[in-house]
Amino acid sequence: MSVEEGPVSLHDAPTRRLTMIEAINEALDIMLERDPDVVIFGEDVGYFGGVFRATAGLQAKYGKNRVFDTPINECGIVGVAVGMGAYGLRPVPEIQFADYIYPGFDQLVSEAARLRYRSAGEFIAPLTLRAPFGGGIFGGQTHSQSPEAIFTHVAGLKTVIPSTPHDAKGLLIAAIEDNDPVIFLEPKRIYNGPFDGYYEKPARPWSAHPASEVPEGYYAIPLGKARIVREGEALTVLAYGTMVHVAEAVLAEKGVDAEIIDLRTLVPIDVEAVEKSVQKTGKCLVIHEATRTSGFGGELVALVQERCFYSLEAPIERVTGFDTPYPHSLEWAYFPGPVRIGEAVDRLLAAG
Amino acid sequence: MARKPAKAGNRRGNLPPLSLHVPEPPYRPGDKVDYSHLPVSKAGAQPRPDETCEPAETHPLCLDLIRVLDEDHRALGPWDPKLDAETLRRMLRVMALTRAFDERMFRGQRQGKTSFYMKCTGEEACSIGAAFALADDDMVFPSYRQQGILIARGYPLVEMVNQIYSNRADRLKGRQLPVMYSSREHSFFTISGNLATQYPQAVGWAMASAIKGDTRIASGWLGEGSSAEGDFHAALTFAAVYNAPVVLNLVNNQYAISSYSGFAGSERTTFAARAIGYGIAGLRVDGNDALAVYAAVQWAANRARANAGPTLIEHFTYRAEAHSTSDDPGIYRSAHEREEWPLGDPVTRLKRHLIALGEWSLERHEAMDREVAEAVRVAAKEAEKNGILGQGLHHPFHTMFEDVYEELPWHLEEQAEQAIRERRIKWPEWEEGRKE
Ligand SMILES: Cc1ncc(C[n+]2csc(CCOP(=O)(O)OP(=O)(O)O)c2C)c(N)n1
Repeated sequence: MSVEEGPVSLHDAPTRRLTMIEAINEALDIMLERDPDVVIFGEDVGYFGGVFRATAGLQAKYGKNRVFDTPINECGIVGVAVGMGAYGLRPVPEIQFADYIYPGFDQLVSEAARLRYRSAGEFIAPLTLRAPFGGGIFGGQTHSQSPEAIFTHVAGLKTVIPSTPHDAKGLLIAAIEDNDPVIFLEPKRIYNGPFDGYYEKPARPWSAHPASEVPEGYYAIPLGKARIVREGEALTVLAYGTMVHVAEAVLAEKGVDAEIIDLRTLVPIDVEAVEKSVQKTGKCLVIHEATRTSGFGGELVALVQERCFYSLEAPIERVTGFDTPYPHSLEWAYFPGPVRIGEAVDRLLAAG
Repeated sequence: MARKPAKAGNRRGNLPPLSLHVPEPPYRPGDKVDYSHLPVSKAGAQPRPDETCEPAETHPLCLDLIRVLDEDHRALGPWDPKLDAETLRRMLRVMALTRAFDERMFRGQRQGKTSFYMKCTGEEACSIGAAFALADDDMVFPSYRQQGILIARGYPLVEMVNQIYSNRADRLKGRQLPVMYSSREHSFFTISGNLATQYPQAVGWAMASAIKGDTRIASGWLGEGSSAEGDFHAALTFAAVYNAPVVLNLVNNQYAISSYSGFAGSERTTFAARAIGYGIAGLRVDGNDALAVYAAVQWAANRARANAGPTLIEHFTYRAEAHSTSDDPGIYRSAHEREEWPLGDPVTRLKRHLIALGEWSLERHEAMDREVAEAVRVAAKEAEKNGILGQGLHHPFHTMFEDVYEELPWHLEEQAEQAIRERRIKWPEWEEGRKE
């Protein structure tokens, strides 16, 4: 795995194997330590340490002034984060599930996203809103959604999605340090182990995955930079979060020499990495778990079409979740798994 | 980029530095529990104003606690609903049945038959006392912890288990997380996973009933934790403005997952006192006293039906078990709280009351416990024939695309074909028409 070109070199940092949730916890710990203005809050994040344990131990270590529980009111959680940011703090609120962000939507869209613009830079909202998202845990329609496109559509918000423990730590640190509001969506299906879409197989731990090697100490992975997961010639795959692992497994199983790009940041997107790859392969497959219509995939397809049209040898393929609420019992029929991806890959390879 | 820490402003004279208050519950794991500070009013001592009184007349009750059953298991005072023994026994049976159902479904989840379950142990009197006081066609907008209302209204247990197991007989087609029931036939609104959304909806239903000159009223339900949501305040505002015929129930079981009620504001005042600010009627009731709950809800329902306006009722109770199958309360609260809870257990209290009346006995109670456990066992076995979660006996794939809209648009038809094709690729032996 290549070393990130961050502000701090990782060459010498010793690494340990962490799960994604541990890596996130460590990033929060480091930022609480480094920056006295960082505060963390949300439903059940204080004493309990969060329903997914992301903030475990942090209140005990940094006190209730820095890490605390909140009332169940997402509008309030985002709204007070905006106010704290106006004072000069660097709030890192948690929304328990991305599905519960909507009561805070006005504060995000009309306020956090626009403070800098409407005050000509006088006020900013340097908050990082963390939320677990995505399905695959039989959470039904209100614990499974992937609402990233709702945020990428809003001018002024950045949207970041990690796919490995290594990246989760570095990206979260960068997000907290960023002076713009960042929506940091954590793929909860891979909190405790990577998931390749073959749900019948036994779950694997992160410790068996190379990207669970997480350097100790501080490092930031710059926002807006994609990661080439695998170089290849046959086609380009654009994915993020859990779907990066699913794509890897499917293409490996099919023996396709694909170039797989983990976007990591959706806005601002690493358009250079996308262009370079598609110009090389001439074929592009876009994958996300979110519903299809007006999904982020539509944006990706448009970008590739605008910038790489003359390199394309086949229509761009888009594999997504279906345009329904996330079902409970038919979770795996909904999930864009190996068969759906496999069919799209076959079509791409047959074309041109 | 290097940054300087946020700077405090100039100090004003010798004013002390400001400090942040973060609530802290009285007990944490391992702590000895002492509830002697908790004001528990005398049973029978609270006045019962006229049902059509000015809201302000109820406001002292928002800071009190309406109680009927005393320590000797007698029913006392003006709030005693004076129910006949047969009704009390029916109420007791539904409470015991609900508890037995919760026990078995919790175990079912642990045995891998489904993904999730939520008990209402310790809170049975709130939903069931209310269900007995409301008319069966009064509309209920529940949270996920009012299974007692559904059971009281005679919803078949088998249907509940089908929903929990998300199987092919599930009336909700396997779409919803377990316990998120819906039954229009039982005037029980479809449960949302998003907290508090049902509260303004209950008010809206009540407004509609008023617009149409109907006689049915609505009741809304949420937990004290959820009362922090904006929806709660939207509901109270609309209820007050339109004098809506609605009974707004707030179940204060002291906890919202790991967060104690202080994080919803209980350090400052009671939850019932929210009614004072909105100028509507409010009652605060011992939620472990089925008679008191019945009386309070009956009072509020009569008031609503008389066009005298909405009532907010705080049911003061205790969540005796975990929030759900997903958490371990041993991590965040003292195990002694349940034993020490000064308002006792609702089933035990009603049982003792009936025994004190000479209308019940320990033997009859034990026999009833066996009978309800058997009823639950039979229902669960019956439902299991229709499948358990993740074992292939689910609704046909096409159903996943139905009901998104009234009519299936072209893109969902295409996606349905995709889903069915994927199934054939995965399981080539699968044929059209075969039972899924
Ligand atoms: C809008 C929203 N935010 C957060 C959640 C996550 N959540 C589910 S239940 C719960 C606690 C609710 O507590 P309370 O209202 O007191 O009801 P209780 O569970 O005690 O019955 C939380 C935070 C949610 N379901 N919806």
